[in-house]
Amino acid sequence: MLEAGFIIKSLIILALFGLTLLIATYSTYAERKVAAFLQDRLGPNRAGPWGLLQPIADAGKMFFKEDFIPSQASKWLFIAGPCLSMLTALMATAVVPFGDSVKYTTGPNQILTVPVQPIDVNIGVLYIFGVVSLGVYGLMIGGWASNNKFSLLGAIRAASQNISYEIPMGLSMIAILMMTGSLSMGEIVSQQHGGNWNIFYQPLGFIIFITCAFAECNRTPFDLPECETELIGGYHTEYSSMKLGFYLFSEYINMFVSSAVISNLFFGGYNYPFMDSVHQFLTNNLGAIAGHNVATLIGTVVLFGKIFFFIFFFMWVRWTLPRFRYDQLMNLGWKGLIPLAMLNIVLTGGAILFLKPLITALLK
Amino acid sequence: MNYLPSDYLPIIVQLVLALGFIVITMLVTHNIGPKRNSKLKDEPFECGIEAKGDARTPISIKYFLVAILFVLFDVEVIFMYPWAVNFKKLGLFGFGEMILFMGLLLAGFYYIIKKGVLEWEK
Repeated sequence: MLEAGFIIKSLIILALFGLTLLIATYSTYAERKVAAFLQDRLGPNRAGPWGLLQPIADAGKMFFKEDFIPSQASKWLFIAGPCLSMLTALMATAVVPFGDSVKYTTGPNQILTVPVQPIDVNIGVLYIFGVVSLGVYGLMIGGWASNNKFSLLGAIRAASQNISYEIPMGLSMIAILMMTGSLSMGEIVSQQHGGNWNIFYQPLGFIIFITCAFAECNRTPFDLPECETELIGGYHTEYSSMKLGFYLFSEYINMFVSSAVISNLFFGGYNYPFMDSVHQFLTNNLGAIAGHNVATLIGTVVLFGKIFFFIFFFMWVRWTLPRFRYDQLMNLGWKGLIPLAMLNIVLTGGAILFLKPLITALLK
Repeated sequence: MNYLPSDYLPIIVQLVLALGFIVITMLVTHNIGPKRNSKLKDEPFECGIEAKGDARTPISIKYFLVAILFVLFDVEVIFMYPWAVNFKKLGLFGFGEMILFMGLLLAGFYYIIKKGVLEWEK
């Protein structure tokens, strides 16, 4: 039983791993198409139909570039930087639920249920925060090892921005945890059954969280670590070939991961309104097992719809808002978001303790 | 629900996949690209004006202060996680205690701001 479950889990991980890479690859294409659309241009349209082969051409080009290491750089740290950045980005999907559960028969009258989630641990949220915050090391090590002043400036900016925005991010999560009473991602998502999404209870928390997600992914308007006008390329100035590719790629993977986390925490993950009647309809027509699996598939498609919307939102903001100045960024993080997130915790606590009993009493 | 160490096995699977992908990509890109070195090319990138010295220089103290503050605040945030998970069980008592805790935290925060630690304009 455990063996069969483990194989299914491994297959889910493999599929999600491939999917993560594919989505990150095509995010680069989507970014350029969205930019072109917003600036009234055509965007890439030469490689393949509608330029669809463009990301593959880009990757091929990166592979065939010279793998360059500056003479003054610390060689092994220089190599370790992008690898670490990529590793942390790839590890973060391990606890994100991508669907309800898959049922299949292992024998007569034996039905095994496996959740569509690489691993459902009861510390899922902590795991994501731990892994994502390790990403700072990749940028810091890479920037420092380059032994270039531009790189160093980009790296310390990145490190200090990421750690500053991690605090309000953690604080805005606490309000969600107070409502759900669990640290498991699977549990948090399943509590938002149907249309009962957390965004309706936590609008302020959501705004704080998505602002911090922008800063953690080094996306505009918070892309100070790599702002071209001041720092050339920031922490990856000295990088070339697939090492540079890893840095750029891990940014897109992080964008995918944070979109997935936002969809799961605030927008109900695979839940959608009237999902119970859809599930009922499918199990009546297709049988208990096949119907359940099709319903799970629909939920997964809905989740990916939400994820793609947030990836699009990241790009939309990038081509709409100008970049912050560094002191504005720090002031927003420390003096704006941290007190606001604490206020959000107090408001949530007050609402759970006083408002909720009052409303239930009034409804009776 | 109890968790056994074997429940964490899928993370190892993911780690092996990720490490394999990274190592193979690095080896491939290192071996198929051209190698053309020259003295000038191996120097750190500069943009017009020649770079003086290397980047092993002291950096602004503000970044270190932010790092130290982060350690302080992040410990406080981690301390709040178990409280948040058990919030409904602790009820009004837990809420009062946490307001006191956050009040103390904000007092320290106010002190930091008044000390000018977070002033980046000057």
